[in-house]
Formats: sequence, C-alpha cells, structure tokens
Amino acid sequence: MGILCGGIISEMAIKTEPFILNMGPQHPSTHGVFRMRVTLDGEVVVDVEPVVGYLHRGIEKLAEGRTYTQNIPFTDRLDYLASMTNNLAYVLAVEKLAGIEVPERAEYLRIIMAEMMRISSHLMAVGFFLNDLGAMMTPVLYMWREREKLLDLFEMVCGQRLTYNYMRIGGVSHDIPEEFLPALKRFVVEMPGFIDEYDQLLAQNEIVLARSKGVGVLPEEMAINIAASGPVLRASGVKWDIRRSDPYSIYDRFDFDIPVGSAGDCYDRYWVRVQEMRQSVRILEQAIPQLPEGEVCVKVPHLLRPPAGEVYGRIEAPKGELGFYLVSDNSIAPYRFRIRPPTLINLTALRDMVRGWKVADLIITFGSIDVCLGEIDR
Amino acid sequence: MTLLEQFRLWLGGIWPGWEWAAYIVPAIVGIVVVLGFVLTMVIVFIYFERRLLGRFQIRLGPNRLGPEGIFQPLATAVKVLLKEDIVPSRADKLVHWLAPVIVFAPILLIFAVVPFGEGAIFADLNVGIIYVVAISSVSAVGIYMAGWGSSNKYALIAALRTVAQMVSYELPVVLSILGVVLMVGSLSMNQIVDSQNIPFILLQPLGFIIFFLAALAEMNRCPFDLLEADSEIVAGYHIEYSGMKFALFYLGEYGHAVAYSAIIATLFLGGWQGPLLPPILWLLIKIVAVFFVIVWMRSTLPRLRVDQLMGFAWKALLPMAVINLFVVAAEVLWLPEGLPWVMMVVNFALAGVLILLWSKLFVLGGGRVEV
Repeated sequence: MGILCGGIISEMAIKTEPFILNMGPQHPSTHGVFRMRVTLDGEVVVDVEPVVGYLHRGIEKLAEGRTYTQNIPFTDRLDYLASMTNNLAYVLAVEKLAGIEVPERAEYLRIIMAEMMRISSHLMAVGFFLNDLGAMMTPVLYMWREREKLLDLFEMVCGQRLTYNYMRIGGVSHDIPEEFLPALKRFVVEMPGFIDEYDQLLAQNEIVLARSKGVGVLPEEMAINIAASGPVLRASGVKWDIRRSDPYSIYDRFDFDIPVGSAGDCYDRYWVRVQEMRQSVRILEQAIPQLPEGEVCVKVPHLLRPPAGEVYGRIEAPKGELGFYLVSDNSIAPYRFRIRPPTLINLTALRDMVRGWKVADLIITFGSIDVCLGEIDR
Repeated sequence: MTLLEQFRLWLGGIWPGWEWAAYIVPAIVGIVVVLGFVLTMVIVFIYFERRLLGRFQIRLGPNRLGPEGIFQPLATAVKVLLKEDIVPSRADKLVHWLAPVIVFAPILLIFAVVPFGEGAIFADLNVGIIYVVAISSVSAVGIYMAGWGSSNKYALIAALRTVAQMVSYELPVVLSILGVVLMVGSLSMNQIVDSQNIPFILLQPLGFIIFFLAALAEMNRCPFDLLEADSEIVAGYHIEYSGMKFALFYLGEYGHAVAYSAIIATLFLGGWQGPLLPPILWLLIKIVAVFFVIVWMRSTLPRLRVDQLMGFAWKALLPMAVINLFVVAAEVLWLPEGLPWVMMVVNFALAGVLILLWSKLFVLGGGRVEV
C-alpha cells in the first residue's frame, strides 16, 4: 500500500524543468550593464552566472600610456559614485611610490572629501537597495535630496558634480572657497536628524524586515575566504576597516567606531551602511574645527619620474578595499597599473548567497552588495 | 408608465413587431455613459496619481502641459496611441491580441451595477455583488493570456504569479463581502447602499481592512504589485506590449483602481449617501479618497515576495475573514435590531484583538529552498 501510494504521489508531483533567464545587461535593477544568466526552477534561483565586461574601457592598459598626473581623471571613471575616494587611493599610491610628503591642510581636505563621498555613495546604495525592494523611487528621491547637498559642496570645491579630478599628487588641486565650510557645517548639523528620520521610517518597516532579514546570508568564514571587504565584510561580523587596521593619511587622529553586523544578511549590509554614514558625520565634525591653514599642494614635477619599484596602496573606499598596484620603471608613465576593485571581489559570493532563494531575493541581494559597473569592468 | 415603456409602445406603433428595438437605445446610451465615465475617471486618476506621487517624492510632478499640468495624461494617451504596435515574432498572435481586450472589458461591466445615486444604476441585479466578484476575476485570465502569449520569460513568471495571486486573494475578498451581505440580507448593490445609515466601515472595520488589502492585491497595487514588479521582472505581463494594446493594459490597471475604489465606497463607505452635496459627487469624493490611500501606500511601501504574498493571503487574511464572518453572523442572529452601537464596539474590539494577535503570531518570513 505504502509503495503504491508513494508511486502515485511521486507520479502526481508536478515535475518542472529549470529554465534559463537572461537578466541584463538591460534591466532596471542591475545597476548598470551587469548581466546574470539565472537558472530558475519556477521562482527559485538554482544557479547564477554573472557576466561582466559590458562597460570595459581598458583603463588599466590606457593608464600605461599616460603620465602619473594624467591618470587621475581615469580613476574618476572607475566607481563613478565615489570618484573622490578613487582619486585619493591613486594619489596615495603614487605618493607612496615617489615618497612625497603632503601638506597638513591637504590631508584634512582629503579626509573631508573622502568622508563626504562615503556618505554620498552610501546614500545611493541604501536608496537603490530600497528601490530594489520595490519602494518605488520614494526612498531614492529622499536620498537624492541629501546627496544633492553634497554634490553642491563638491561643485563649490572643484566645479564638477560627478567626476571631480580634485586630488593631485602632493595635495589637492585648489583650496576650498570661503562659502564651503559654512555650507558643510550646516550639512553636518542636519544630516544626523535626517538619518534618524529615515531610520525610523524604513528600518522598522515590517515589509523591509521581512524581505531583508536572513536573506542572502554571507557567512563570516566565506566572507573572509573570498576576500570581501567594506560593508559587505563588516555586515558578516568581521571588524575590518582599513582606516583602523592599516591607517593611511591622518585617520589615526579621529575618533570613530566601526559598525559591525552579525548575521551577514541583506538587512545587516543595509544597517552597516546607515551606521557608517553616522560615523562619517562624526569624522567630519572632528575634522572641520581642526582644519589648519597653509598650502594645499606641494610642488611636484609635471613629468613625475618615481624611482623604479612597485607599490600597493589601499584605502577603505565606500564599497570596500580599493587598491592600486603600481610598477614604476623610472619613466613618466607607470609600467603596470593594476586596480583592485572592491565590488568585483565582493560580487564573487553572489551565487552562494542567492542559491535557493527567489528571484526577488536575487535582486535585493545583488543590490545590497552595492556594485558599480564602472569599477567592475574598468 | 416609464419613459422606456412609452418609447416601446411608440416604436411598436410605427413598426409593428419591432418593439424590442426600444431596448437597444438605452443599452447604447448606457455603454456610452459608462465608457465615458470610466475613461474620464482614468484620466483624472492618472493625473491625480502623478501629482500625488510627485508630492510624496518631494518633487513637483507634471506641471508643464496646461495649467498645473492637467493635459499631461492626454499627452500620454496621444503618445501611446502613436507608438508602433510590435508583436514578438514567436508570440501566440491570437492570445497576444485578445489579452488586452479581456483585461479591459470586465472593468466596464463592473460599472453596470455601481449605484451612482438614488435609483441611478444601470442594472439593479439581485445578485449585484456576486456579479462584481465574478466579472472582476475574468481580468486574471486576460493577464495570464498576456503573460503566456508574449513568449517572454519575464512575462511568463508574471503570468504564473497572476494565477497564484488572483486565486488566493479572491477568497478573502468574497468572505469579507459576505459579512456585508449578511447584515444587509441582500446581494443587490442598491439595497447595500440603502441599508447603510451608518457606513459599514464603522460596523465592520475588520471586514473593511481585509477587503481593502485583498482588493489591493486584486488590482496589482503596491505592496502586492508582483505582477509588474519593475525591479524584478521589469514590467511583468505587459513587457511585450506597445501602442494601443499597452494603452488598454494601462486603462485596465487604472480602471481596476476606479472600479475597486467605487466598490469599496459602495460597500463600506455608504456609497452615494451623504448630506448636502448631490449623490454622484459624494460617490466621486469617496472614490477619490480611497484612491488617495492607495497612492499613499504605493509611494511608501516596498513589495512583498511571492511566497510571503501567498502566506499573507492564506495564513493571515483568510482565517481573519472567516472569524469575522462568524462573529458577524452571530451578531446578526442574536443581537436585537437597532443596536448598532453594541455591534460597533464589539467589532472594533475584535478587529484590534485579531490584528494584534496576528501581528505577534504571524511572521512574514518565508525562506530558502534547498536546491
């Protein structure tokens, strides 16, 4: 009887074949031109195969034919949502290679710009994460309202809103205009209240919690094994922030906490970013009164010839560890220019994170990694 | 003798044996009036929603074309009509062509039984509300056809979601309507309005909430807009439609919103009843008020996942609707007539307790499947 029933039931069970869905490169939620070949069993994701390279411009090769200074604008085009930090990572690597000291005021300006950029990038990340969750554009537009203030500040400093080209080898390109600091102070005062308001509205939303808690878990061990970095790594419970672990510039002078998640799910990644915005505001609060007077850039020859050798400079970019590996042969152009893109390496865990979840979870897990295709494809 | 009777006799006098033709004239008038009403309301709703979304999203919304941008929906309509009609080469042509019609037509039919005022109803069916439920579920077939006939994988996913979602949410809709029907003792829309000296939202708060949420799912509105989840399956079932066919889906979507707003207004908000203003205006005010809440939710809430959506229907709405139905039945049976206050207090308490209970016990979770 049991055998008979079992036979009937197994015959009656609906058998369906998995099918392949080609998501992207034209898809509203792939944050650019990312493509995923998703194998679906109904709604369930069986397999994901990321296909990258639709935005490949060959920056690494192009950079080998240009001087060290000419390469700075290229770095703007990597992670275009965090151009300032890309500038910073590159010039820090070159300065390390050439042994250049940066004036005090320039160091502070760099930190201020980097932290503003972090807030701006995280605003976009959490806004679009909620957009992926289905909160149609509203959170994004509220994020944009705040980001707009930051873009106005950047425009004051260097005349650009997206690709800044502000950092220079040996300092920064211009000093800040006099209206900059009052505007920044106003922003620093307003921002925590905004984050609170926003947190209250969304972090306690039942649907946000139900959709993102426990979804797309990246275990601590796997996060370390794939060399994840940035908020993705910290959400998995690893207290690793290059600003603390391997301090560069003058980060050792500031007092800030490193928010660490516990579960490594989408909600934790979102939460870590919100907390990091608070910490960035804290750093700004400390940096503004300490800002010294003086030069903003030392004299560096236009055709800089660093001594032959190699260097790896890394910083904590908003999306993770951004590194530049430069090899110099004592000529005016780098012999090798290699970028360590944080999001490409964070993305390698995507398949393990989403297998067995639904299509909707694939989208939000991908959104919670916060990728930028300019950086992945280079 | 009504005007129609006189007309019939007069027609019989001229052409003997052609009396039945008299019924065609009011039918055509009725069709034109309903179509005009629905299309006008859809245009008003599109404008209203865009402006409201603009306000909710700290931007202005359309404000260029005409005073305060009131001609923007018309411009959209013209744009959509002028688009090329593209049919995918591997589509099931007939199904692809028929789907928009099947989605849109039932919405016009629903308005046949919506009372616009004292006796102002096109067909006072004695099974009015059952007719509404039956007709409105035909749209699901159209959406399924669109998803299947498009030969697109996103559309196919949307089609399968449609079947699951529509079938699941029919049940809470019907069960919460039954509560109203029990109190009225009739299925006729006219009598439902007539017996609402106190709007049923006050007598049956839980029934209203369940009906409202399930209606949101039936009309694919946020947070249940999984059929066209643009961040997941791009545009869902109408991804392969353009031109007039797409316009019909668009009309269908907003027409659904108008229809369900009208039904909610009729069932729970007292329909056309209201002091001072003419009945039709009261009905419009109530429809727009309901729609405002729908837009508000759309601009605020994220979307549920498909398994959570089903769980919500079967594990939360359905049991609550059943409990509500039993309690209302008991009240109708045992409470003496003319004691609405007791019923109001009991039902508000019931709604509070049940919602609290479910918010503690029912978890939206859902989870991972081993693959």
